[in-house]
Amino acid sequence: MDLDDTPEQAAFRAQARGWLEEHSSEAPVLTGPGALQDEAEILAARRAWQGKLAEAGLAGVTWPKEYGGQGLGPIEQVLSNQEIGRAKVPGILDAIGVGMLGPTIIAHGSEEQKTRYLGAMLHGDEVWCQLFSEPAAGSDLAAVQTRARLQDDGSWRLTGQKVWTTNAQFASYGLLLARTDADVPKHKGLTMFVVPMDAEGVTIRGLRQISGEAEFNEVFFDDVSVGADAVVGGVGNGWGTALTTLMFERVTIGLGGEGLGYNSTRFAGAIAADPDARRDPEVRHQLGEIASELLAVRFTGYRTLTALQKGQIPGPEAGLAKVTIVSGAIKAGDLIADVEGPDALLEDSEWAYMISFLPGLKSAGGTEEILRNTIGERVLGLPPEPRLDKGIPFSELRSKEGAPA
Amino acid sequence: MNLALSDEQVFLREAARGALSRFKTLEAAREALDGEQGALPDLWPTAREAGWPGLLISEEHGGAGLDAFDAMLVLSECGRVIASIQLLGHLPATAILDDGVGGNGSAPMLEELATGEKRAAYLPACPPDDLADGWSVDPAHGLARPSAPRVSEADGQARVSGELAFVPDAPGADLLVGVALLDGRPVGVAIEGSAAGVSVEAVTRYDSTRSLGHVSLKEAPATILDTPVEALAGAWHLAQSLIAAESLGSVETALDVSVAYAKERFTFGRAIGSYQAVKHSLTEVLRQLENGRSLLYYAGWARTGGPDEFPLAASAARSVAGRALDTAARTMISVHGGIGATWEHDAPLYFRRAQLSRRLLGGTGRATDRVAGELIAQADAA
Repeated sequence: MDLDDTPEQAAFRAQARGWLEEHSSEAPVLTGPGALQDEAEILAARRAWQGKLAEAGLAGVTWPKEYGGQGLGPIEQVLSNQEIGRAKVPGILDAIGVGMLGPTIIAHGSEEQKTRYLGAMLHGDEVWCQLFSEPAAGSDLAAVQTRARLQDDGSWRLTGQKVWTTNAQFASYGLLLARTDADVPKHKGLTMFVVPMDAEGVTIRGLRQISGEAEFNEVFFDDVSVGADAVVGGVGNGWGTALTTLMFERVTIGLGGEGLGYNSTRFAGAIAADPDARRDPEVRHQLGEIASELLAVRFTGYRTLTALQKGQIPGPEAGLAKVTIVSGAIKAGDLIADVEGPDALLEDSEWAYMISFLPGLKSAGGTEEILRNTIGERVLGLPPEPRLDKGIPFSELRSKEGAPA
Repeated sequence: MNLALSDEQVFLREAARGALSRFKTLEAAREALDGEQGALPDLWPTAREAGWPGLLISEEHGGAGLDAFDAMLVLSECGRVIASIQLLGHLPATAILDDGVGGNGSAPMLEELATGEKRAAYLPACPPDDLADGWSVDPAHGLARPSAPRVSEADGQARVSGELAFVPDAPGADLLVGVALLDGRPVGVAIEGSAAGVSVEAVTRYDSTRSLGHVSLKEAPATILDTPVEALAGAWHLAQSLIAAESLGSVETALDVSVAYAKERFTFGRAIGSYQAVKHSLTEVLRQLENGRSLLYYAGWARTGGPDEFPLAASAARSVAGRALDTAARTMISVHGGIGATWEHDAPLYFRRAQLSRRLLGGTGRATDRVAGELIAQADAA
């Protein structure tokens, strides 16, 4: 049992650290003195920085070499992320593309799609967004209603609405899950498409959250035309393709927990800074409970890394770490606000931002309830809830809901 | 990065599970609660056969020279079946002795303790923390913690005086090993159980499988050990990790039994485990169990790999494991419905284990406070 790098990992880490030491002055400054202010400037700087990280082999580490990656394992990507964190420079701009959508295209895309899209994605030249969730299809993702209709010339027309779309406002492409056949059961009539975000009929609208910031978007598709070559993974295979993306999402969340900044060190620092709170038994007890669980998540992450190193794929239980992180951070925010009083809720306070962000995060990447269902069924082997949608054509389901299919 | 069990550790765990499965520990626990004297099987011979008494004693002193994590694996198996076995007291005692073999001689009984021919009990002393400046011991009642025993030397003989309550596995121990204050300075001491001035009153509270003793020392002759003060504090943290491991073993069984029942018990035409309310409460037990397991790895790594972090890791493990066991025992009862709260079922045995365990060795609350204290100190240093 050890927390040490193997000689190969140590060499990789040293190389990453060396490059970062030499180049970190080229990284965009996003916070503190001298931080970039202009949105367009920030975006350009972050794209350029992603390109440099990719060139240096610190991004897309698990991607095959032929598409610009390093052909290495998830451990090396984690080492790279750790070194980027240590150097206190921003990571890549398009974590969703490089971490989840690119790997999906690598797994299911055509040779033409891989050649056309992957290099530009990895280098930040073209940012991607994930067009899966809809207003009425989140936990039940296979209920998406965005329709893709086949035209006589083999092209497709897309109509519908997506939501919670991070980065849509500056993305070049989106990976979109649409219904191509409503007359078969819902998991069977789905297809995955690549959609240019500047196509005619695409409308993007920012969705402001509790904090007042708009980190997500709604995206509307009004008869948007895409070619036959936009299909990823085959017509009718959209659900299987989406599951690949969701698997990579789990890996990303499972390994990136501490990257969210919800960790025991940060919260303890806030309590330590208050001379009375740090001596208050009740505050200390709450801090101790919260911090113990967050420390556990750090070591759950190391257990996940160990499994990955042995070639095992993390299972849905990685979702439990997400539940712990989110609920721990919610309690920590509450405790810190109790200690600091209303000043913790000043608009520019880091705690106000965190407190505002967490209620939404509870549902992001799988709601807590869905995660507990999945883990209860796949890990504990408990029987599923009876389902009323099995084997029923999607159009019939919709009419039962009293809505047109 | 390697946080996986080695082949040897898997073997150790499987062997422990196999050895303990030969006894009807749960039936015995219930009979013991009913007041049947001698209902509990004597598992010490089994422990000796398996080599557990010498787990933490170095090979040069006749032990297996293994580390805390290996001991945690064994304790976890004991916890699974609520086995009454005196390792929680014995193992931290042997760790103090093994670290206390100085240049000028050997610690008493070490070879016999390694084989299990003799049995030791650790006199738990909590190292100073933010709540108390000095070394303290568990009180017989209430919140006020007495100071650790004192040691005086006269005519070349060290003598220890003090009172310690609820000492795990003290009744019948051949050697009592702990911390005493010599001119206010903590030193390791070993006292023969049969020595003059030693009295051990066996006490039972709520969980008959837990052997406890109120230890009274009046000028009891003692050997002063060369154990460094870090190792004296380490014994406390080791004990925290061991009771955490034992608790998580009990959580494993409570969860397994509850899940099995949730699959076979039907209401309104479906298994109760299919209802979200039941499913989610069981995944909550799993969540706390997995967090606890991760912290056992942390504590197991830290004892030798990162000693500065051992107090934090062991305290965090204790804190999470204590809550996990309470949650698991209560969930076990509620998933089973009314029967779970009766003598007919095993659930009350786990519930009783949970309620007592959380109050021993300083209690989970003290461990939780130490987590806060360690992190605040880290923040100050940063």
